Amino acid sequence: MINAENIVYSIGGQRILANVYATFTPGKVTAILGPNGAGKSTLLKCLTGALKPDEGKVSLEGKDLRDYSLTELSRRRAVLSQANPISFPFTAHEIVVMGRNPYSLEKTTASNAEIADEALTLVDAWHLRDRSYPTLSGGEQQRIQFARVLAQIWEQEGACLFLDEPTSALDLKHQHQLMDLVQKLCAEKNLTVIIVMHDLTLAYHCTDRCFFIREGWIRGGGESKKLITADTISEIFDLPMEYAAMRFGMELTG
Amino acid sequence: MSLPEKAVGMPVFLKRIKFSALPLLGLLLLGAALVSASIGAVSIPLSEIVGGTLTDQQMAVLNSIRFPRVLLAVIVGGALAVSGAAMQGLFRNPLADPGLIGIATSAALAVAIVIVLAGPIAGYFGLYAMSVAAFTGALAACFVIFRFARLTGTFSVTYMLLTGIAINALSAAGVGFLTFLSDDQQLRTLTFWTMGSLGGALWVSVIVAATIIIPSALILVKNARELNVLLLGESEARYLGVDVERLKRRIVVCTALSVGAAIAVSGIIGFVGLVVPHLIRLTLGPDHRLLIPASALLGAILLLLADTIARTIVAPAEMPVGILTSMIGGPFFLWLLVKQYSGRFGL
Repeated sequence: MINAENIVYSIGGQRILANVYATFTPGKVTAILGPNGAGKSTLLKCLTGALKPDEGKVSLEGKDLRDYSLTELSRRRAVLSQANPISFPFTAHEIVVMGRNPYSLEKTTASNAEIADEALTLVDAWHLRDRSYPTLSGGEQQRIQFARVLAQIWEQEGACLFLDEPTSALDLKHQHQLMDLVQKLCAEKNLTVIIVMHDLTLAYHCTDRCFFIREGWIRGGGESKKLITADTISEIFDLPMEYAAMRFGMELTG
Repeated sequence: MSLPEKAVGMPVFLKRIKFSALPLLGLLLLGAALVSASIGAVSIPLSEIVGGTLTDQQMAVLNSIRFPRVLLAVIVGGALAVSGAAMQGLFRNPLADPGLIGIATSAALAVAIVIVLAGPIAGYFGLYAMSVAAFTGALAACFVIFRFARLTGTFSVTYMLLTGIAINALSAAGVGFLTFLSDDQQLRTLTFWTMGSLGGALWVSVIVAATIIIPSALILVKNARELNVLLLGESEARYLGVDVERLKRRIVVCTALSVGAAIAVSGIIGFVGLVVPHLIRLTLGPDHRLLIPASALLGAILLLLADTIARTIVAPAEMPVGILTSMIGGPFFLWLLVKQYSGRFGL
């Protein structure tokens, strides 16, 4: 459960987020949607605690994010960021094991390595286990990073999972595999899942709730199936109605 | 799918090496140390060192000349290699080096000041004044880098790098100006110092260097796992519970202390810090938990061998060991650049 109250965030006098109120509930996959530069990633960073908002507060399970220690927080939420260039030849498995860093003192190396293996299997990347990470393709790297993030909250019930465009480099098959996995884990482990994404069709089919954000303001929130329509798309994305209808009309409003 | 054959087969083979790498390097170091102690102007055969059948004269040579020198080479080589490995991790760039953030050049500036401007004082304290100056110079550079890196609010690595470039330029200009002021004798002293040598090895310098370098290296080893996580990126490391600011501060302080102490007793010895971690990464992988101790051992071995060659190849004269390491390190660095260009680092 994450609660954002009156979040304001500016960079150099430019307001990125304006009075954002939002609640994210466990067991639901929530999408944050909006045009480029709307403040989606900034909102995500404020929710994860990576950015400190100028005003307002973010609370996780009723407790202010600022009152958590880094280790406490790292066991309650995992974050998949956009690009993760690494220039050192770690193997995919070694990268995923790093996701177990919050537990390195109390869990055995063997059990952490085992969890990493299971996470790799889940994201359909076990065959990449011993490959050097920098030599993998963009989509393969993205799946490895996703496995790392899963390993981080592996045995946690009700933790939070933040994903910033997790499918941007994936092919169609893996996009659906990843979204299916996210939905399944969300239900099984009662996760609070928050995804920033651009693919509205995918958001329509694979998320429970969504927020539209534009120029730092929340422009609407609710059930994905009701909210993602040609009308809202056209308005939020400044897209002429015929394009919105062309892309989403037949399937979504028809 | 013909790839897995090679891709999966390699690391299994490497894992077997990994287990025995540290003891193996330790044995090599011991062997190199014994051989190095046996070579020199006074002949002391290896069998006699091991067997303990030494004359008083041989004993005196070993005790007051060879052993301190061997130990100093081991400590300095280890310090340089460990610092290099830590810097490469901190900057997330396999081509980083302690020289990059201006620590070595500002130590050189401080030494130049002592040699050229404090002539009479240096005369009384000799080597000590130069060592203290080098150490102070290295720490001063570290302090300036800290202040600038903090300007951004966080401890910005980019700012550290840019500040390092400025410090390098300023220090080089300062050294140049002092060179211009210096007389022939001062010029000679300064030039030889910047070429690096372990010729001044005394028990005092061994003990002083060891008390600074060994704890710093141990702290770096202790932070190796977090240093691995830092390679995922600073925000990723923070998400994984690593106190990134504290980690970066520790790495910079320990590196500056180690490099400062090493430069203070040996002058500037190039490329050990750059090349050694690379060799380890190529063979044992990038995991800092193995990389840092293995670099320490290999750095010690290589500098020990280089120093043994440097003091015997032109006997009875002595070649500055810094020349030797740079002569080998330079081409190696170019080779690394070519390898990076072809898009493949390490395995």
